[in-house]
Amino acid sequence: MTQNHIFARAAVIAALLLVRSTSADVLPDDRADVFYSKYSGGGMDITGYSATARAKITENFAVEANYFIDKVSGASIDVLSQASQIKDERKQKSGTIEYLRDKTTYTASYTSSVERDYISDTASFSLSQDMFGDLTTVTLGFADTHNTVGENNGTANDPNVAWIGHALTRAYSGGVSQILTKNFIAGVNLQVITDAGYLANPYRSIRYLDPTNPKGYSLGNQVYPDTHTSTAVQVQGKYYLPYRAAVTALYRYYTDTWGVVGNTYELDYTHPIRNRWIFEGRVRYYKQSAASFYSDLFPYADSQNFVARDQNLAALDNTTVGAKVTYAFLPDGWKMFKRGTVTVDVSRIRFNYLDFRNIKYYGVPQYAPGTEPLYNFNANVFQVFVSVYF
Amino acid sequence: MGRAQILLSGMVLGTVLLSSGCSIQPWVKPYERDRLADPIMAWDRDAISAAYLDHIRESREGSRGATGGAGGGCGCN
Amino acid sequence: MLSTKVFLKRCAMAAIVVASTAFAAGGDASGPAPSFTLTTLAGQPSGLSAYKGQVVMVNFWATWCGPCQQEMPLLDQMYKKYKPAGFTLIGVNVDKEAPPVKQLLERKPVSFPVLLDPANQVSKAYHVDEMPSSVIIDRKGQIRYIHRGYKPGDENDYQDRIRQLIRE
Repeated sequence: MTQNHIFARAAVIAALLLVRSTSADVLPDDRADVFYSKYSGGGMDITGYSATARAKITENFAVEANYFIDKVSGASIDVLSQASQIKDERKQKSGTIEYLRDKTTYTASYTSSVERDYISDTASFSLSQDMFGDLTTVTLGFADTHNTVGENNGTANDPNVAWIGHALTRAYSGGVSQILTKNFIAGVNLQVITDAGYLANPYRSIRYLDPTNPKGYSLGNQVYPDTHTSTAVQVQGKYYLPYRAAVTALYRYYTDTWGVVGNTYELDYTHPIRNRWIFEGRVRYYKQSAASFYSDLFPYADSQNFVARDQNLAALDNTTVGAKVTYAFLPDGWKMFKRGTVTVDVSRIRFNYLDFRNIKYYGVPQYAPGTEPLYNFNANVFQVFVSVYF
Repeated sequence: MGRAQILLSGMVLGTVLLSSGCSIQPWVKPYERDRLADPIMAWDRDAISAAYLDHIRESREGSRGATGGAGGGCGCN
Repeated sequence: MLSTKVFLKRCAMAAIVVASTAFAAGGDASGPAPSFTLTTLAGQPSGLSAYKGQVVMVNFWATWCGPCQQEMPLLDQMYKKYKPAGFTLIGVNVDKEAPPVKQLLERKPVSFPVLLDPANQVSKAYHVDEMPSSVIIDRKGQIRYIHRGYKPGDENDYQDRIRQLIRE
């Protein structure tokens, strides 16, 4: 049993956003990265390994390839019936081509993510145009994802996957980045995403009050709408401080047809030391309201057309504090390498659910259903990667 | 969807006006872009790490989208 | 209301059509080349007047500009080749501070003169609107050609122009 579906969906959308980081004048330097990550929190341990390489075939044409493996282990909070272990692996491959012509960069990419109960394929295209003396960059993008959703009715070590549905996701994005002064760049992004099909996580259940059950509640299946449309707008700015440092601020507003409204606030500070070190600190606060059809405990079976108890749709907030250090072990290059760096990034995230209760207390006599303590947990995220530039 | 269309139209219109012979001249010259060209002024210095953090967040939050940034840099050609 | 797909396709086309003006990498130009006096890394004053009567290429570059770094070795080769025929290349550096320029030139030296323009006076006088920019000036001190940006292969363009002006 795994909640990797959501990881897969998220990873694919996140992968699309890689294309945004180019400026349309010169293609970025050739580069290769080897990456390791570890997420621990909420009873889950997820290890990630990745390798990426990009190279210019000609001055105007570049390719990039990425391979990512996620390995999940642990017992997730939402495994109710048995406290059985989760163990799963997700493999993702992606390929991107970039073509630069005058002041326009065209990017096309394809990503495929496979795990034993979820398959996701995405094709995306974007173009990025520099204009107005290269002070303004306009980006437009489109991505199409096809997901095949399954449910493992066996165990982690002896799986038995039934394929239960499909989902299609379309993402439309636009962004404008504007240089305001010699020290200041600002940007705004807009992304509209629509999904249709089987959109629920099959491993999560709802619960409803049931006086006939000794526990006081019974479990039931989630029922999700078969469409979902979301709109997100992010504004951000980056300012160069005179002693050579940079401060970034961003705000994102999210709203969707399921009633979730999310606000993200983030502040980053980057401080380099000559050519060798870059130190970075970040603080992020996120708050969302619950989906309209979400409840931790429904009053009775079939009380609504749509019902969900997926914690991602609960009212929640989270706070992240992170630090990143980059050390250039080859600051000026060596033979064919222009530069080599090693980076360590650590974050600590505190998750607070405002209307999702802690499963550990279900059935504990002193807590009647619906009065259990709310759930919260801390997660640690660790990343280390080595990057070489050619 | 109507709101999003209006926002996008606004953005495209704005950039169309800016690029088609407005009397305003670019106020940051190409030779004044030393600070903007500094790697610390890139929106995402390490795309692989930024994508991974986005992935972590999107799997546990109800929000998605609109992250990332483009533009800036040296503006060289 | 248009379907979002159609709407975005139209936005994309509009943006490309209007904003993507044919980018001329180089163009004939005219007018007298503004004279200037700047200092070398060693602190010696020098300027355009020192090369009167020669074909001069003024190349505007910076340590933070990738394409500038790419063309430097090729400019150096070109300088050595045509110098005997009465050609000079002046590298005008626009960095705000000298130490990074010194470091770069120590690692990757060039034989043509490099002058420092930290206050950007010469860049302004020559209306530099792209990095790098190369301005080719004839023996009479008139600007004849401005090349904006650098893509591999542009050095052939430079050489054609220089040969043409040397023959005049």
